[in-house]
Amino acid sequence: MSPELVLFLQTLVSGILIGFVFSLLSVGLTLIFGVMDIVNFAHGEHLMLAMYATFWMWTLWGIDPLFSLPVVALLLFILGVITYRLLIRYVLDAPMLAQIFVTFGLMVFLRNLAQVLWSEDYRRIGDTLLSGRIELFGIFIGRPQLFASLGAVITTGLLYFFLKRTRTGWALEATAEDKEVAGLMGINTERMFALAWGLGLASVGVAGALLATFNPIFPEVGTVFVLVTFVAVALGGFGSVPGAFIAGIIIGIVQVLGGFLWEPRFKTVLIYAIYLGVVFIRPQGLLGRR
Amino acid sequence: MPLLEIEGLTKQFGGLTANHNIHLQVEEGEILGLIGPNGAGKTTLFNCITGFYPPTRGRVRFQGRDITGWPPERVCQAGIARTFQIVRVLREMTVLENVMVGAFLRYPRVEEARRHALQILEFSGLIDRRHELARNLTIANKKRLELARALATKPRLLFLDEAMAGLNPSEINDAVAMVRKLSEQGITMILVEHVMKVIMPLAERVVVLDSGELIADDTPENIATNPRVIEAYLGEKYRATRAIH
Amino acid sequence: MQRIRWQLLVLVLVVLLLLAFPFYVAQPFLQRTMILVVMWSVLGLAWNILGGYAGQVSFGHAIFFGLGAYTSTYLFTEWGISPWLGMFVGAGVAVLVSIVIGWPSFRLVGHYFAIATIAAGEIFAVIFRNWKAVGGAVGIYLPIIRGDRLIDYQFQEFKAGYYYIILAMLALIVLVTYRLERTRMGYYLKAIREDSEAARSLGINITRYKLYAMMISAAFTAIVGTFYAQFVLYISPNTVFALAISIQMALVAILGGTGTLLGPIIGAAVLIPMAEYTRVYLAGRAGGLHLVVYGLLIMLISVYQPAGLMGIYREWQHKRAARGMVNDSLPVATAEGGADDAVA
Repeated sequence: MSPELVLFLQTLVSGILIGFVFSLLSVGLTLIFGVMDIVNFAHGEHLMLAMYATFWMWTLWGIDPLFSLPVVALLLFILGVITYRLLIRYVLDAPMLAQIFVTFGLMVFLRNLAQVLWSEDYRRIGDTLLSGRIELFGIFIGRPQLFASLGAVITTGLLYFFLKRTRTGWALEATAEDKEVAGLMGINTERMFALAWGLGLASVGVAGALLATFNPIFPEVGTVFVLVTFVAVALGGFGSVPGAFIAGIIIGIVQVLGGFLWEPRFKTVLIYAIYLGVVFIRPQGLLGRR
Repeated sequence: MPLLEIEGLTKQFGGLTANHNIHLQVEEGEILGLIGPNGAGKTTLFNCITGFYPPTRGRVRFQGRDITGWPPERVCQAGIARTFQIVRVLREMTVLENVMVGAFLRYPRVEEARRHALQILEFSGLIDRRHELARNLTIANKKRLELARALATKPRLLFLDEAMAGLNPSEINDAVAMVRKLSEQGITMILVEHVMKVIMPLAERVVVLDSGELIADDTPENIATNPRVIEAYLGEKYRATRAIH
Repeated sequence: MQRIRWQLLVLVLVVLLLLAFPFYVAQPFLQRTMILVVMWSVLGLAWNILGGYAGQVSFGHAIFFGLGAYTSTYLFTEWGISPWLGMFVGAGVAVLVSIVIGWPSFRLVGHYFAIATIAAGEIFAVIFRNWKAVGGAVGIYLPIIRGDRLIDYQFQEFKAGYYYIILAMLALIVLVTYRLERTRMGYYLKAIREDSEAARSLGINITRYKLYAMMISAAFTAIVGTFYAQFVLYISPNTVFALAISIQMALVAILGGTGTLLGPIIGAAVLIPMAEYTRVYLAGRAGGLHLVVYGLLIMLISVYQPAGLMGIYREWQHKRAARGMVNDSLPVATAEGGADDAVA
């Protein structure tokens, strides 16, 4: 293989790998949106919290991300439920303005709180059980990246299985479909909303723990990912879990290839342009309802 | 020339056909009833005519002009106004302001729009509530407000989507009286209704939709005895209602 | 009529107090804070036209602020064109961009629109950070001109010069908003905010009116952008195209009360001094602390008092009216008749 081709394949593979992580993040966001039509603007900040949680458990107690992952997921689940109970619950019937602002305010709050508490320093988790890389047909794949994409696929699969194959999952989907009818059918919609937030953030928790193994951790790290997530969710169709999954992978590939073929520093522009293009041309997204 | 002419109108959502090949003519000054079971495609038909959905096939003509696929605002400017099945008042605006928003279409100046709106509020019996926020009104008054707001645009043709659903008997009487008054003023009306006993004496002609198709177009008396209609929609329920009244 | 004369009196008094401000408050920090309060009032009011009246929440208004600042500054530093002229060119550029962004974006509602504006804002920030001709990430320093002449749009000694310029802008946008509330367009914008489908059914071309609102909003934001450049004499993508600018514009409006004339002014009067004091007293120790407070504020307002401080005031007024202490027409600012129209 020519060096160019190897480099190209290398880029493509890393795009797909990170794409799976984007998918997981997007599934979390789209789950919340699908169930209650509210966009979590603080999604990136929740990711940031998950990454810091992983980082501190590793730094303070030496817990490997591999083992802290379920703890982080649980923490984020609880945080999701608390967020719903303390904030979101009150704006369900509020004007659109209030619905947008409440999670936007949360975003501003969390991001700057992190800056105050932990400074703007970039932090990294050093050697973990996952460190190192493997070689496949001349292409190098980082083990953390590989593990992250594997973890993301498994988590997304579990979530999808839960939604489609369990009673609670059906109840959640019924609530997403029509909360009034769901209420009449005896579904406790209040609990479903809390559950959606819990699961949405738990996915972010998993993604955060996985990302923390190879991505630097800093207060604004959420911005980098949340943009991608919004784009993927819009591309997949707001509220569509499979759509978000596919879109995440597409975005991952586009992002690295864009950086590879064009200018790396313009890759955010590229991603945003995709968002704008998608919402203008096909506002319902690839697999969106309506 | 009929006021409104619908020719072969079909509306599909993906694989689902909500309206299929509908032909309908509405004469100036008529009160037309449009009935049909839930999901028959009544509201879809409304939305296709008033510009909220573009029809998949077919034409809509108003006063001889082809208005197929016009956006709602243009349809309204042409002289067709509507109310919504689920009331859509401008919640954080006062009753007067709600009606003024409608009145601005024909009276761009604030003072004139206000004068026109006040006249309409007087007419529709909401004048004492003009400074209340629309969201604080009862359902009946919200529906009345929606009607007043639509009237303020000075329509030739008025679509009322279940204007009487959810009202108590005395409120229904008021609404019926209002429809009659409007008809006397020369406004053509199409009523979508579920309250049978209201539409039967009020409408001069009734059309019936079932599964997206127009299955009957006749006088109320004949509709009530049309076997196809009874089968599709009225059934035991209507006969039971008739027995009570 | 008694009441109207009384209100007129208050208005005249407030105007006089504002005009005389630099003469009874000489301390530079206070003067600077006051300039910022007025500046953010104008920005809040500009945001309010689109976000408050028309209900289209934008988190991308830094685009227009930045365009205003960059256009006039570039024209001045490169071609020597007076910022006074550049200010209007900047406003023109911002209006054009607002059309380009707004026309497609207005097909999106609610969250989708808000996200699109964030996206657009980030694109502009990245472009300007990488645009060598306008200084890239470093930005542009404006040359200092001594002499404190109004024509130069710069004041080194007589800082009150800036104050009067921004005060004039405030007067202008207050006037525009006041007129807007009393014309068809104002009613239309509110109708679009309340229910855009219903608005369409009443014959309102919602895209056109939203665009009008955005154009006005963008023009004022850009003009303040120029003012900021002249006031600070340094601009960079990270200061004028920052998401923080967009957030703060929205925040002063929500805090005070969106869709009202006084709301954004009250919001700025409360928020900006608070921000300035925390910035000065906590400087270095905790950079983002005032933003933490902002975030908390935004959350608390949207959960407990979506109508902002004006909402609290109105509720209090209603309660008073209910207790029969005031005559009942008072709470309604939009009442019929010429008499109430004279009430601000």
